Order: sequence, then C-alpha cells, then structure tokens
Amino acid sequence: MNKNTTENQTPILTVEKLKKYYPIKKGIISRTVGQVKAVDGLDFSIYPGETLALVGESGCGKSTTGRAIVQLDPPTEGKVVFRGKEMASLSGAELRKARTDLQIIFQDPYSSLNPRKRIGDLLAEPLLAHQLAEKSEVSKKVDDILEIVGLNKYHRSRYPHEFSGGQRQRIGIARALILQPKLIVCDEPVSALDVSIQAQVLNLLKDLQKDFQLTYLFIAHGLGAVKYISDRIAIMYLGKIVELAKTQDIFKNPRHPYTQALLHAYPIPNPHLRNRERIVMEGDVPNPANPPKGCGFHTRCPLAKDICREQIPGLTGTNHSVACHFPVG
Amino acid sequence: MEKNFLEVDKLQVAFRTDKGEVVSVDEVTFQLKQGETIGIVGESGCGKSVTSLSVMRLLGRTGMIKKGSIQFNGKDLTKLSEAQMREIRGNEISMIFQEPMTSLNPVFTIGNQMLELIHLHMNMSKSEARAYAIEMLKKVGIPRAEQLIDEYPHKLSGGMRQRVMIAMALSCKPSLLIADEPTTALDVTIQAQILELMKRLRQESNTAIMIISHDLGVIAEMADKVLVMYAGQVVEEADVFTLFDEPKHPYTKGLMESIPHLEHDSQKKLFSIPGTVPNLHMMPKGCRFHDRCPYATEKCVTEQPPLLSIPDNHNHRVRCWLLDEQQQQTPTDSRSEVIA
Repeated sequence: MNKNTTENQTPILTVEKLKKYYPIKKGIISRTVGQVKAVDGLDFSIYPGETLALVGESGCGKSTTGRAIVQLDPPTEGKVVFRGKEMASLSGAELRKARTDLQIIFQDPYSSLNPRKRIGDLLAEPLLAHQLAEKSEVSKKVDDILEIVGLNKYHRSRYPHEFSGGQRQRIGIARALILQPKLIVCDEPVSALDVSIQAQVLNLLKDLQKDFQLTYLFIAHGLGAVKYISDRIAIMYLGKIVELAKTQDIFKNPRHPYTQALLHAYPIPNPHLRNRERIVMEGDVPNPANPPKGCGFHTRCPLAKDICREQIPGLTGTNHSVACHFPVG
Repeated sequence: MEKNFLEVDKLQVAFRTDKGEVVSVDEVTFQLKQGETIGIVGESGCGKSVTSLSVMRLLGRTGMIKKGSIQFNGKDLTKLSEAQMREIRGNEISMIFQEPMTSLNPVFTIGNQMLELIHLHMNMSKSEARAYAIEMLKKVGIPRAEQLIDEYPHKLSGGMRQRVMIAMALSCKPSLLIADEPTTALDVTIQAQILELMKRLRQESNTAIMIISHDLGVIAEMADKVLVMYAGQVVEEADVFTLFDEPKHPYTKGLMESIPHLEHDSQKKLFSIPGTVPNLHMMPKGCRFHDRCPYATEKCVTEQPPLLSIPDNHNHRVRCWLLDEQQQQTPTDSRSEVIA
C-alpha cells in the first residue's frame, strides 16, 4: 500500500462533476417522462498506487460510477480525466488504447466469463484484440499470468464451469491484469464469494498491487473488506459522495450521520457486544427517480433540520470532506 | 430444566443426481428448547440449508432423509405422512427464505397471500382475518399497513418484502421459525432493522428460531448456540459465547480469522483458509477438512473423526482428532498462503 498519497502528486484519474442519468420512457413513442439520477455530480481524484474505495448500499450509484469511468456506460455529463486525457474526447481507436491501461473486474465471476471458451483463449483474447503480443508469445504470457494469480498452466484447456467461484474470480483478475493496466476498477470483486475465499482474493489483490504498482478503484457495499484494502474511502448515498476521507478517519471519526449509521449497522462477530448501544436507521433509501428535496439523506437522518429539507449540502473540507449541514464531531 | 421440543438425531440427507446419489448432510444432531435460538453457520454447499429444509420436509422429489430422526413435540417428522406434515408447516413450524423477491407470488396482493394462510390455518372469518393481517403487518413495522395490504409485492422494497415474509411466517404463532439467510440479500442498514425486528418478536412471542447464515456477525448477534457446518457435517457445536471466545476446530478458527473486522489492523495480511470446499461427489476420506487444514496428521487423512465433547465443557462438541490427542499447538507463522 502506498502511504505517500500526498497532495503534490498528480492524480492518475480525476473525475469532475460526473453525472449519469437514465431516462424513464413511457408509451408507444417512448417519450422520456423522467430521469433516474443514478450518479449526480461526483468529484474525486485517485493518486498513483493508492486504493480508493467507493462504498454505499444498493442503488447508490457506485457501480454506475465504475462503468462510467471505463466508458462502458458513457457519462451524461462531467469529465473523466485519465492520465491527462479526457476520456470522452478520445476517438474509438484512442479509447481502445487507453483501455489497456484502465481495466475492470466484475462482481459475478459466473456471468463475466464466456462459458464456451477455454481459459487459455479467454486470457489470450485481450492480448490479441489489442495486438499487444505476437502469436508466438501469447501462450507464454497466458502461462505467466495464470501463475501470478495462483492458478497453473494446466488450467488453460479447461472451461469456466470447471472452476470454483474463487478460482473464476482469479481468472477475471488475470484477464484484467494481462494487459498490464495502470488502474483497475474492481466492482465488488469479493461480494459473491464465501468468507474464506474472500480473504484469499483480497490478499491476492493486495499482493498484485504491490508487485505491479497498481491503482485500484474498489467498489463495495460492505465496510469490512474495504477497511482492509483501501487507503481512502468515499461513502456514497443516492448518487452523491457524502463523505470522503482516509480509511482510519472514516472508521475512527465518521462525520456524516449516514457513515455513522452504516458503521453501527454492521453486525460484529463478537457476541459480548450484542447489546451495545447503536443507531438503527429507520426507513429505506429513497427512489433515485424521485429524490427528496434538499439533502438526500434527510428522510432518514436523526439530526435533520429545516435547512436539510431545503438545501443540498456541498462536499466541503480538504483532507476529510463531508457533505452535511451539521457534520458530527 | 426445560425440555427440548426439537431433537434432530443423526440426520442423513441424500439427493439423487445424474451421477448417482450424493449425501449432502451427514450425522447432524442438535436439540432446541422453547424460545431458544440456534445458529447454523458455514460456507455455501456445507448443508446448512438442507438441514433446515429437512426439518420442514421440503426436499423436493430428488431429496430424501436416509437416516436419523427429527422429534418435534413428540412426533417424528421423518415418519409423518404428507398430509400430517402440511398441518405442521405454517402452523407450528414456519420458514422465511433468503430471497423475499422470489418467495412472494408476484400476481397476488400482499393481503391475498396473507389471508390465504390465515384462513387456512387459523379458522377466522374474512373480515377478522383481514384485521389480523393488518395487525401483523403493523407489528413488523410496515407503515400504512391498511393501504399496503392491497399492493402487489413489486411495489415494496427488499426490506419491506422481508418484513411481509416475517409477518406471514409469524401470523400462525409457530413454535419454531426457520430463517434461512434472512438478511443476505439486504443492505447492511436494512439488515440491522430486520435483525432488531426478529429480536423484538422473539422476546414477545417466545418463538424458537433456527437461523442459518454464512455471516458470523449475524450469528453473533442472534444465536444462543451455534452449529458450525463443513461439507455436510457439524464440525463444532457450542453456546455462542464459548464458540467465539474459544473456537476449537481449525475450520471455525480459520473462518473467524478470515473476516476483515472493522477493528482489524489493515497492515496485517488477512488470514485465509487455503483451497476450496470439497465436491459432494468426491468427499475426501478421513476428516473432510484435512486437505485445507494446517494441522492435519496421518490419522486425519485416513480416519473420520467423531463429534466429541471436550473434557471441561460437556456442551462444547468438536469433530477433530487433534483435540482428541490434545496436541493442538498454538499456531506459529507457518500460516503461509497456499492457493486453491
């Protein structure tokens, strides 16, 4: 893990006012009758060698953000600047080239691998598509990458269904890694795995980061894995970042009421603490197609006052930023 | 001493498959008292869900209880006819499932589905049943229950649907509630709500709960005693405090250490259990955990260990040879990464 994420470094990725709206269509002529504001104005930077985690509950827009950055779902508005280039301005060929440095690992290793292809072919595909290796070198590179992610070359001729969930996720990682990317967007890479396997994959990701100087954008809904892997954490709620700080600060000194509630909600594997005092948030996440006026969290916030129902708080603060009219602590 | 009202004894469950018969649950024994909560924890495929489904006798056409008995209030559930079993399901034992999305019928309103069950089991008139259903929905914290009762399931969020499932499950006042991963599909903040709700209802109704989860956090919050299952067998059984304070089986220990705790030091390497769960078709000989166990000996490879009580605590049972021989050493740094 890189501890020198100082301010004077140039970020590898900068996201400015990123928005992604999905139209709601109705009727025979598919008139647009509304918009789902999945991601509503995100600003953040990632520095080389660090891991930034995006954490939030389902529907908060964290995966959409990941996909928008890789341009799988181009953003509605805003800029994504990766290594000095704005992604939206790139031509098709340039974008393809940029993508060799910017890869993504998906949540579900079951559906992200083509079941009809052998592992060897699945791994060779990115190399051939990007013409990064001669035909003769491909097989050597595939063997090497299998070794790196903890599989071996005898696995090459097998099909995805012959592997366990953890092994499949290793294949997903190998597939991203074979292009020697600079930044990998990890979209809930361990959520679908069993606890004992999660630990294996998290350790692997951490080792790879050290060995290949990788930068991660790590998307997760649970805070446990995130604490272990990330340097900084951005907490998202309803398409916006509500708090962004160093990992220790988020855990030791959470300032947004939502972050606090999230930390309290986590079940602790220690039965002696089962009767602890804690905040249990009422209600559900509002519908992003019809978000509440003012602060998105005010409907569930124990501290909400009149201003929260009227004005949207901006993300303020340099090292520990929080979007709240009445931050705690 | 209260009597056990559920006693599962040496249960063995098998499924017919194309590749022959597979035993997915073997030698599972446990007891439950009125008002007690038992947690069953393990990874996918360890047989925790099958254990609970056997109590309900919901094993489908391919599954069957091969050996053992399930004594429930003096009746052996394995020997009852299908008609007798139907009397018990819903009435005395009810169940909530992981996916509240798929366990509610999408083409009927919430009220329709609740009334069907109340009508069937509780002998109430239509208007009484409706009032009762609304009362139950209010009890589980559903706002505007009078209106929502006429809505279809898709109008509700995941957390709300799970509340409806709980209301349905509890409406016939069962003495046993089986909750199979009740919060796995939900977000953490909603999970916290549902767990609080289950705790409150347990206090009010003195219902015994069998909660199945892969999440040790959920088990620590809810259970009085815990079964840890691995590859179809119980590998450790203890009350919740003993289990978390002094886990004995290498698998239980590994499972506990591999959770990234919130208070975990992030610089340390996360402990992980090497390898993967064995395939049911190819169960290893001897101890089923031996190929992933850092302490495995010759004996573990060849002979299957029995589930034995440890000397100073009669209720703490462990399936491990090492304990038998009292040679379990304190682990050293030899926990290097071995990969599947």
